[in-house]
Amino acid sequence: MIALPLWADVAVSLLVLAGALIALIGSFSLMRLRTFFERVHAPAVIATLGCWCVMYGTVLYFSLQSHAVAAHGMLIAVFLAVTVPVTNIFLMRTGLFRARLAGQDVPPPLSGTGEGGKAAAAVRPAWKEEVS
Amino acid sequence: MNPVLSYALPAALVILVLAMGCTLVPVLRGPTAQDRVLALDCLALNGMLLMLVLGIHQGSSNYFEAALLIALLGFVSSMAMAKFLLRGEIIE
Repeated sequence: MIALPLWADVAVSLLVLAGALIALIGSFSLMRLRTFFERVHAPAVIATLGCWCVMYGTVLYFSLQSHAVAAHGMLIAVFLAVTVPVTNIFLMRTGLFRARLAGQDVPPPLSGTGEGGKAAAAVRPAWKEEVS
Repeated sequence: MNPVLSYALPAALVILVLAMGCTLVPVLRGPTAQDRVLALDCLALNGMLLMLVLGIHQGSSNYFEAALLIALLGFVSSMAMAKFLLRGEIIE
């Protein structure tokens, strides 16, 4: 293994530590925030800032070690940038749907005959006792 | 390996394991099902970051494939669980 110059060492260490600390902050807020609609924002900070910090650290380290651009680390960040919003939108819709079923104080569907209204009418009755 | 990196990488690994521990609490406790799904998604993200840092620590790029696989499976499993909670079935 080739020893890196000191500036690269410090840069990789700072990027990786920053990413890890951001991941800790995101996970801790997932534990601390009170409602689901507050909590659903917390992992976004891991998927954006935390992941990009660690990814740049990886790219810098492997590029300097192999004396070539090792850009394959970018693949994960691009993949997460595409997939994480999809998951989050689905989870938010799920939370809204189940909160409406449980009769909590959330915004109503835009129209009674729309997608949300039809889905709420089509749901199995057994769910209504199960949802809390 | 220089001393800066050999101290920073184990520290980052410990911090990421702590983050995974913090994520495990809502998985076990989470009042609703969608809280658990959200926490599992976050756990997959943290595990992926752990794999990337472990790859730098070991100086091998083989861990990169593991990280990509965790990201992929985390996305697919979270989508499947969210879809199930939303509609009651996964493939309609």
